[in-house]
Amino acid sequence: MIHVIDYGRGNLFSIGQALRHLGVPFKLTSDAGQIRESSRLLLPGVGAFGDAMAGLTERGLADAVRDAAHRDIPLLGICVGAQMLLSRSEEFGLHKGLDLINGTVRRLPEPYDGATGQTRIPNVGWRAIESKQDDPVLGTVPANSMAYFVHSLAPMADDQNHIVATITINGEKIPAAIRKGNILGYQFHPEKSGPTGLDLLQRFVEMKV
Amino acid sequence: MSPHRIIARLDIKGPNVIKGIHLEGLRIVGKPGELALRYYEQGIDEIIYMDTVASLYGRNSILNVVEEAARDIFVPLTVGGGIRTVDDIVTALRSGADKVAINTAAVTRPEFIDEASRSFGSQCIVLSVEAKRRAPGKWEALTDNGRETTGIDVMEWIAEAEQRGAGEILITSVDQEGTKKGADIDLFSAVRQRVSIPVIGCGGIGKPMDAVNAFKRNAIDAITCASIFHYNTCTVPQFKAVLAEHDVPIRQ
Repeated sequence: MIHVIDYGRGNLFSIGQALRHLGVPFKLTSDAGQIRESSRLLLPGVGAFGDAMAGLTERGLADAVRDAAHRDIPLLGICVGAQMLLSRSEEFGLHKGLDLINGTVRRLPEPYDGATGQTRIPNVGWRAIESKQDDPVLGTVPANSMAYFVHSLAPMADDQNHIVATITINGEKIPAAIRKGNILGYQFHPEKSGPTGLDLLQRFVEMKV
Repeated sequence: MSPHRIIARLDIKGPNVIKGIHLEGLRIVGKPGELALRYYEQGIDEIIYMDTVASLYGRNSILNVVEEAARDIFVPLTVGGGIRTVDDIVTALRSGADKVAINTAAVTRPEFIDEASRSFGSQCIVLSVEAKRRAPGKWEALTDNGRETTGIDVMEWIAEAEQRGAGEILITSVDQEGTKKGADIDLFSAVRQRVSIPVIGCGGIGKPMDAVNAFKRNAIDAITCASIFHYNTCTVPQFKAVLAEHDVPIRQ
């Protein structure tokens, strides 16, 4: 059973549909007790970082998510949910995150030649993700697999070992997936990335700690 | 270089997908569920649903269509037509939409773009602009599927919308729409040069080479196609194959 955290932000509908399609039992929850006792947690998120963190904190769920993560419960953050795993974000001022993985959410590099051929920000669309070959969760993702991204910032983990997949935006390698043990973050939307995305979601469902 | 998106556009009227010429002269081309699933299975990158009668609520509303689609289709879905309030956006997102396209409501009250992007993030808000050429290099923004004039200059309007927080521009060439005469490259290029957010071009694609030309000239970031897929002129893989042959980066 996966508990999908409902804190008033996030595209719960689409994530629910994708889990249903995979045949994975899940439940939406806004209950700190349930989160603490869960065996697998999914933290969705869309919109602004500060707003999303406020939504989680106001409901008293931030500490519950932290406690579960520290107890080695598999946790997947998606999009802003992935960003929230980090220490802080620079979106619209400085905001504190869940601080489960050291790092800062920073703006993507702007096109250096504004006119042609480069990626506009927000980065919207399908990008080829390059996964770290020796990562037990994502290592076997086929080369040139594409996932759907829509974001202006990315979770820049301090420790390179925590960056398990990247995309290249305007000449720079940007974290697409981060992982520290049981804590996994996808900057892309697996629920919107076709069969590749469903596979990436399935990898979390099967992730062992 | 990042892949360009190929987006299927479904114009919805009640339970049907329709297609017109110059946004008029409507013909039924199929059922939204069947068409959308076919395009998804063929590898479409995104789907845009446009409600031609802005019937957001009630039986056979576009939201039912989207809700049904969201069960089996795992690519981004955009809904436009009749989105007037923040509550409309909440309802659309709950039905499985990832983004909303706003036209008339933004023209009537530009602050709506600020409110919408603040509440849901810029990534969720697509400004839809229907452009009608008035003079060389000059376009007027129309609303209500090209039925109403506004007197607003397209280039000034999109710059303002970007400032207010729009995340993408969906630019429809009313002059080319439904004609299969090729993309309006002058219009698309002018729009893309004016803003720094992604630009989706709409209207006029009758064959894959039309898209190749638009992408090669850096006129757009993404393109929408309707008739070419609805009438099976070519399939999504056939369309993408031509783009790949001409070194246009796409998702395969």
